[in-house]
Amino acid sequence: MTSEQILQYIFSGITVGSIYALVAIGYNIIYNTTGIINLAQGEFVMLGGMIAYSLSQIMSLVPAVILAVLITGAVGSLIEIVFIRRMKKNSVLGMIVITIGISIIIREIALFIWNEQIRALRFFSGNEISSLDILGARISPQVLWIVGVTTLIVIALYLFFRFTLTGQAMRACASNTRAAKLCGIRTSRMVNLSFMLAAGIGALGGCLVSPLTQTHYAMGSELAIKGFIVAILGGLGNPMAAVAAGLLLGLIESFSISFLPMVYKDVIAIIILLIILVLKPSGLFGSRQTSSLKDF
Amino acid sequence: MKLKRYYPIILLAGVLVLIQLITLVTGTAYYLTQLTMAAYYVIVAVGLSMVMGYAGQISLGQAGFFAIGGYTAAVLTTIDLTDKIDRPLFSFLDKTGLLIHKVTLYGDTIVHLSPWISFIAALVLAGVIAYAIGVPVLRLKGHYLGMATMGFGIIIYRIVLGTHIFGEADGISNVPLFPIFPGITIGGDFSIRVVNYYTAWFFVILAMVLLLNLINSRTGRALRSLHGGEDAADAMGVNTARYKVKAFVIAAVFAAAAGVFMTHYNGGIGPSESSVAKSVRYVAIVAVGGMANLWGVLIMGLVLNFLSLRGFFGVYDDAVFGIILVVIMMFFPDGLFQPASLDRVKRLFHGK
Amino acid sequence: MKRILLTLLTLTLVLSTAFATGQGETETVKIGAILAVTGGASFLGAPEAKTIEMLAEQINADGGINGRQIELIIKDSAANPEKAISFAKQLIEEDKVIAIIGPSTSGETMQIKDLCETYKTPLVSCAAAEAIVNPVASYVFKTPQKDSYVAELIFQTMNSMGITKIGVVAANSGFGNAGKGQLEKYAPQYGIEIALAETYDRAATDLTAVLTKIKAQDVQAVVNWSIVPAQAIVPKNMKQLGMDIPLFQSHGFGNIQYVIAAGEAANGIIFPAGRLLVAEELPDSNPQKATLVAYKDAYESRYDEPASTFGGHAYDALSIIVEAAKNADSLSREDLRNAIEGLTGFPGTGGIFNFSPEDHNGLGMDSLTILTVKNGAFALY
Repeated sequence: MTSEQILQYIFSGITVGSIYALVAIGYNIIYNTTGIINLAQGEFVMLGGMIAYSLSQIMSLVPAVILAVLITGAVGSLIEIVFIRRMKKNSVLGMIVITIGISIIIREIALFIWNEQIRALRFFSGNEISSLDILGARISPQVLWIVGVTTLIVIALYLFFRFTLTGQAMRACASNTRAAKLCGIRTSRMVNLSFMLAAGIGALGGCLVSPLTQTHYAMGSELAIKGFIVAILGGLGNPMAAVAAGLLLGLIESFSISFLPMVYKDVIAIIILLIILVLKPSGLFGSRQTSSLKDF
Repeated sequence: MKLKRYYPIILLAGVLVLIQLITLVTGTAYYLTQLTMAAYYVIVAVGLSMVMGYAGQISLGQAGFFAIGGYTAAVLTTIDLTDKIDRPLFSFLDKTGLLIHKVTLYGDTIVHLSPWISFIAALVLAGVIAYAIGVPVLRLKGHYLGMATMGFGIIIYRIVLGTHIFGEADGISNVPLFPIFPGITIGGDFSIRVVNYYTAWFFVILAMVLLLNLINSRTGRALRSLHGGEDAADAMGVNTARYKVKAFVIAAVFAAAAGVFMTHYNGGIGPSESSVAKSVRYVAIVAVGGMANLWGVLIMGLVLNFLSLRGFFGVYDDAVFGIILVVIMMFFPDGLFQPASLDRVKRLFHGK
Repeated sequence: MKRILLTLLTLTLVLSTAFATGQGETETVKIGAILAVTGGASFLGAPEAKTIEMLAEQINADGGINGRQIELIIKDSAANPEKAISFAKQLIEEDKVIAIIGPSTSGETMQIKDLCETYKTPLVSCAAAEAIVNPVASYVFKTPQKDSYVAELIFQTMNSMGITKIGVVAANSGFGNAGKGQLEKYAPQYGIEIALAETYDRAATDLTAVLTKIKAQDVQAVVNWSIVPAQAIVPKNMKQLGMDIPLFQSHGFGNIQYVIAAGEAANGIIFPAGRLLVAEELPDSNPQKATLVAYKDAYESRYDEPASTFGGHAYDALSIIVEAAKNADSLSREDLRNAIEGLTGFPGTGGIFNFSPEDHNGLGMDSLTILTVKNGAFALY
């Protein structure tokens, strides 16, 4: 393989990996605050792309994306209020099942609103045939947007959780809900905020990738699974690790195509998942102690 | 003699006969088709109910075992051995009556393995795989276990979807009938419909008897102790890991058997039978029937599959199962048939 | 408690059986359809369902079949073979339809092919696999054109362009796999070398990696064979990778939505397809033109979305059944089957149909024409 080809595969891997990372970050935000794993995370990505597309028919791109993110965030918040709030949080089985049910319902509603056709959002810069030459490899300018915005989101989240009061409050809820309440933190509001945030970030990811990958009403399930794999791979609860893990998975998948028939690409992710779960469930970057403390 | 335990089974048998006679009298024998198919799905569901309800382990990959059974049967009975019949192994099989010669609709003759061979192979394969997966995976808990089982289901799906011998996206068709006992053949011909109906439900009853015995046996008590609290069970000296794997393997073998029978009944199988959506359906049925309530699961499995197979839900089929999951988890977490749930329903109706 | 519930169950089933026998016998002609309206093959099934609903209404408004109204019974199989089988049995036995349209996918069709043949019910499939009509089952027909013709037309065009080395990508679906097989089969005949042929998951969203692999082989053209949205992703990825070589697609590209999704990257794509997509460009003397324009206009005005060749296959299936029914001696399934088999010179959206006992597809290579995309619209090549 020439160096250009290697670079090309790297770019491919980073593009796909960033999408995985954004979904995984969503998982981690909700998990960090509530201990719940929201298997409907992939649907937020789909909704972001679809809503942005519909809005972009009547307004320009930037407001459409912003509005799509806000609307999807509202949907996330709504889901928490209507469904999650009523559930007993310690029933893991119940949570898994209900979030699967919610993802199915969102998907069917999306089918009803947008039917089975694909939608592709406008490219943020350039168009379908724009191509940038970077050290011999060619990529679409959209790839730079994806990587760039993902990086910004990661930095922003880091700062948010580390240095703002709300962010710290959210982290407090995850470690010890009762203690958080005693400190005067409105845990229910934090929970709601986490859903809103995860949904919004997912939606932004959906808008970013829509020009390249197109948005389809059923795209959420595959993303939910891959995103979950990445979240576990990085160590559940660690958004930074999720990014690294996402890029890693993206790169592995991309390079696998160079020597394996592409048909088996998706099996690789699952095999990685099973290996990790059996050998080191705390993930690549997690520590055994913390993960065993989090009760399931 | 604990005959009292078997009263519901006798009642079930009675109801089944009654239904068949009604269809006979009203000339609506075609319902038996969907009732038969539903029976096989019920076998998967009650097996899963034991794993989820009694052993407390979530399995989001049960459709994978169904597919292992179905595809094994399909592949082994559709390989045409006409050219190979002179080879020693196959001529031996032929002489012992284990090869079947069939004339197709188009006039060709093909020779294939007896479905008994593929049936046994399917069960063994499912059991072995379940054990191999179960031992490492059942050590996990909660979400990890759920996703690991889902991952297993996805691997099976990808394998059958991507491999030529499994028919890839088209699946395998022209699967022959299964003459399982003298006079009883599993297959979709309208003429043997009644026999198939009773055979399918016989297997359901067999499964129920096995499971009920299991639940009331030492294994069952161990499983129920798991459900109450795994650490406590461990502390009491119960070998939790062994019992979890045992339950898992049994459920897998049940699912595989159902897969074999269904494939012969339908005359084919496709990758959709191993999909995550199917696994989710089985979970939905177990949830709505009441996790540990075998009879609830049986009834709901029958009703929901019957309606779904008749296209009752139209284009909203997936949506219905999604809604069931959400509503059940929110309002009837113990399933529809538990006293607590029924009280809630009564309160809804009488206002409060 | 449990006994009560079991009794309730019995009652429910009894009630529903009572319902079933209560269907009134009206003067309608029942035609069944098993389509993948939802699920993974909804790109096919949804337009197919809409098309036949629209057409059935039109036919009924024009007097139906010899004065009797058509009753269309559409079942959504979501591309699940087990449902297709269950619905086929229902349609054959309970609803007693005179014919079944569909299913949408080859896999499902193969699962019910023997069933329909055994129970002597005409099946007019909208799926493309060669195996559906080969070996010929007397009651089974299909409307889409032969894959092999599409492959051959692609290769003929390549010959005229001097292309000798290509890369192939296909979706992992019945349609994709069959097409890939046909390409591999006919390539040597036309002197074309397939340097690399890969299958991608039908829900794949990024094909840059596999295209990079192909690019490394220094091919002169790429062929993509699928029905799925990847048809719009491949051209975009190719342009982004700086691959300026021609892209050929299959007749699965027959929906302007994919051109819109691919934007400028779609210009220059070459693909064989039925003439529906360029209906207006055809000369008035073309025997298909009237049918094509009528279908296109009616579909687009009713559903506010572009007409596609997929819907066209269902249109043909229903029109063939209706035409045959009008010609048939009676509306028994056997007479209908005979009438379908005897239909010749029938203009459909896919081409001019000429059925015979050996040919249950009825379309020749001339049913297809080479199209391309110019300025975001379909045009004759």
